[in-house]
Amino acid sequence: MIDTTNLPKLTNEEIARYSRHLILPEVGMEGQQKLKAAKVLCVGTGGLGAPLALYLTAAGVGTIGLVDFDTVDESNLQRQIIHSQSTVGKLKVDSAEIMLKGLNKNVNVVKHNTMLTSANALEIFKDYDVIADGTDNFQTRYLVNDACVLTGKPNAYGSIFRFEGQASVFATEEGPCYRCLYPEPPPPGLVPSCAEGGVLGILPGLVGVIQATEVIKLILGIGEPLIGRLLLVDALGMSFRTLKLRKNPECPACGTHEIKQLIDYDQFCGIEKPAAVGPLEVSSHGKVDASAAIVEGIPQMSVEQLKARMDAGTAPFILDVREPHEYAIVNLGVPQIPVGSLPDRIAEIPVAKDAEIVVHCKSGARSQKASLALKQAGFTNVSNLAGGILAWADRIDPSLPKY
Amino acid sequence: MEIHIPTPLRAFTDRQETVSVPATTVAEGLENLVQKHSAMRAHLFTPEGKLRSFVNVYLNDEDVRYLPAKEDTTVADTDELTIIPSIAGGTPAAAGCCR
Ligand SMILES: [Zn+2]
Repeated sequence: MIDTTNLPKLTNEEIARYSRHLILPEVGMEGQQKLKAAKVLCVGTGGLGAPLALYLTAAGVGTIGLVDFDTVDESNLQRQIIHSQSTVGKLKVDSAEIMLKGLNKNVNVVKHNTMLTSANALEIFKDYDVIADGTDNFQTRYLVNDACVLTGKPNAYGSIFRFEGQASVFATEEGPCYRCLYPEPPPPGLVPSCAEGGVLGILPGLVGVIQATEVIKLILGIGEPLIGRLLLVDALGMSFRTLKLRKNPECPACGTHEIKQLIDYDQFCGIEKPAAVGPLEVSSHGKVDASAAIVEGIPQMSVEQLKARMDAGTAPFILDVREPHEYAIVNLGVPQIPVGSLPDRIAEIPVAKDAEIVVHCKSGARSQKASLALKQAGFTNVSNLAGGILAWADRIDPSLPKY
Repeated sequence: MEIHIPTPLRAFTDRQETVSVPATTVAEGLENLVQKHSAMRAHLFTPEGKLRSFVNVYLNDEDVRYLPAKEDTTVADTDELTIIPSIAGGTPAAAGCCR
């Protein structure tokens, strides 16, 4: 992977700095020189990218590329330790550079302040030795995978969800790729919604450091990288398991090689372009267009309309379909049945089938789904509160917290 | 046999991490799972009753797709099935969902 014929020399300062590596025979002088020569691209500087880039920088990786288009938000700091209080509002790539340079003055940071797309991925990837995928959506996962296969770069993969993580090394010559494991993405409607979102702040630290470990092993050529294995991390049980992955001979990326160029990954993942009001699966992915009066047969009530009805003493029955832990953060003091258990708990709804019901959630997507379920269960007068409790906090009661 | 349920699907198993079902084959184990937790069915199977292509099921550490008998592979009580979810998370704040 690293051309060993022309490795950069270490300065005396570097020899002192990396002495704990140099006295490990598995690393040694040549290994440290390989690290210095190595160029690693971190796709995303979020929860996974943060510990990944920090440890690679500390370890003496010579060039770290960072791809991100976002800016630092205070809510990122629960887990994205490459950013800090003082860089809130800055571009993430700039913020990350400050931290990395502060950790190791020798590191060469290459900033790609852009969204990774089919148009730029191959061009960006070609200058690096290893790609570390720490992105947050399926479109980019497939994009990174295909670009790795096409450019022949290994992908140190990590992914997290709530208390659970996955790691592997994809797209090596002999091993499987992400598509071998997941030939196609789940339809957007089956992707866990906001209700099941969230992540334990330390989990990306755990998984990101595993990715960093794999990157270092790939560069040094030591140990057994997670090629052909999927590591499953369960932070609650604190259990680690590995499953065997096989290279799929039918895989369109690494098997048959029928994927010869990058494709439209939004389309591949069934994601419509922003602003389009799509079918339920699509709208449940983001916000339901609040300006549409009726969506899929469900009237959309604005928070102002609901407030007026409450003030007039003619409020309909309001149902909160969020989860109990969300209810604990903020609520409107109305009955609550999580959308997932609604079909089994229809009997608990204390009003007649023809009574007027308004359903709300956090931002309006889950309540749209719930409205459809109620309609299917025979309720004839169901509306969705457009924008959910967030819109209520924005426009009716600014004293409420937003989450 | 024990079936390991990934976090994204635990909403349909009353938050249980593992579900015990009687089974003599992989297919029977999965069928008994969705019998027990009916809301799981749509997430695991197509309306035609086929396992969805983005759902990976492992018998111990082997992908069921690569076992000679696939879902008809016979299983013992001590065997474990694991459902592997597709998860994409890295930086959930930017995921476009939970803003
Ligand atoms: Zn493949």
